[in-house]
Amino acid sequence: MQTDGNPYMIELTAIHKRYLLKQALTDIDLQIRTGTIVGLLGPNGSGKSTLMKMIAGLIYPTSGMIQVAGRTPDVHNKKHIAYLPEIDHLYGWMTVAETLRFLSGFYSDWQADKAAALMETLELDGKQKMRNLSKGMRARLKLITAFARNVPLILLDEPFSGIDPPSRAKIIRSIISEFQSEEQTILLSTHTVSESEPMFDDVIFLHQGRVKLFDSAENLRSTYGCSLENIWEKVYT
Amino acid sequence: MQLDFNSPKPIYSQMVDEVKKALARGELSPGDKIPSHKEQAQISKVNPNTVQRAYQEMEREGLTETLRGQGTFIRKDPALLVHIRSEMAQAAVRQFIEEMQGLGIEPEETERMLRRHLYQEEEG
Repeated sequence: MQTDGNPYMIELTAIHKRYLLKQALTDIDLQIRTGTIVGLLGPNGSGKSTLMKMIAGLIYPTSGMIQVAGRTPDVHNKKHIAYLPEIDHLYGWMTVAETLRFLSGFYSDWQADKAAALMETLELDGKQKMRNLSKGMRARLKLITAFARNVPLILLDEPFSGIDPPSRAKIIRSIISEFQSEEQTILLSTHTVSESEPMFDDVIFLHQGRVKLFDSAENLRSTYGCSLENIWEKVYT
Repeated sequence: MQLDFNSPKPIYSQMVDEVKKALARGELSPGDKIPSHKEQAQISKVNPNTVQRAYQEMEREGLTETLRGQGTFIRKDPALLVHIRSEMAQAAVRQFIEEMQGLGIEPEETERMLRRHLYQEEEG
């Protein structure tokens, strides 16, 4: 994937997305720098998942321009993007180890050694059946499916939703330790800001399909004189 | 590491302060090896780019030095501790004075209260 000379992994210009009668995204302008962890924040229905899917190349904008690593994303971008949807996409009848082996077949960049190491740090048992895993454990496994791949862009849609605090803490620690800050970019959507706040370089606040705020976490904190969590309160209430 | 995300002070700068405090308290000494920025990011669960910025700042201020292939160390400089202590003491005094001013207390009164406190503390 060509990233040389372009400081941005993702560029969105005047993006609109309309579903029949519903305006999902309105006039989105964003530039996401290569080598950063970016938080996509917003309440349910603010357009986070739509934006994620569009960057993943799964849906197309109604109008506007989108570039991911310098090209318009389509289904072929799957090769370069690890996209973790919010919905559960794994089979209940497989074991954890079978699931990872099954997924490894889809990707030429799959790193089995990394998957094994992550199973260890995230405390997952390969023999466990998927259907017997708690929600937190499934979330940890989903994270492995993203980080076992050697890709320049990782999209994590709500990796913390409905998950117990210990699992959340483990996931955050793994994201920080696995992130390759020289070449990788991570876009992570969430509506639980307090714990994820320390992870972010830049932050996008979405509100009703529009970008309400977009800046570095540090600039936002100094402008508002408070944490992202408290900025959230100001933006959405 | 104590980081306050509600503070107007940037996180990288708070991280530099934490290292200075640890030095002033004797928890770190000149010549000590400190974790790599990646390790530190994992330990404190903070964005690796932010930690890297803190490390660059420490190097720029002469607090640390990086030896190729060996890692990052607190600089072996006898004057370093003296310098950090005086810098931190001055910051503490400045903050105290600002707070007293914020309360509308005159300098003479501040001085009197300070003397009284210091004196009592010595007696007690």
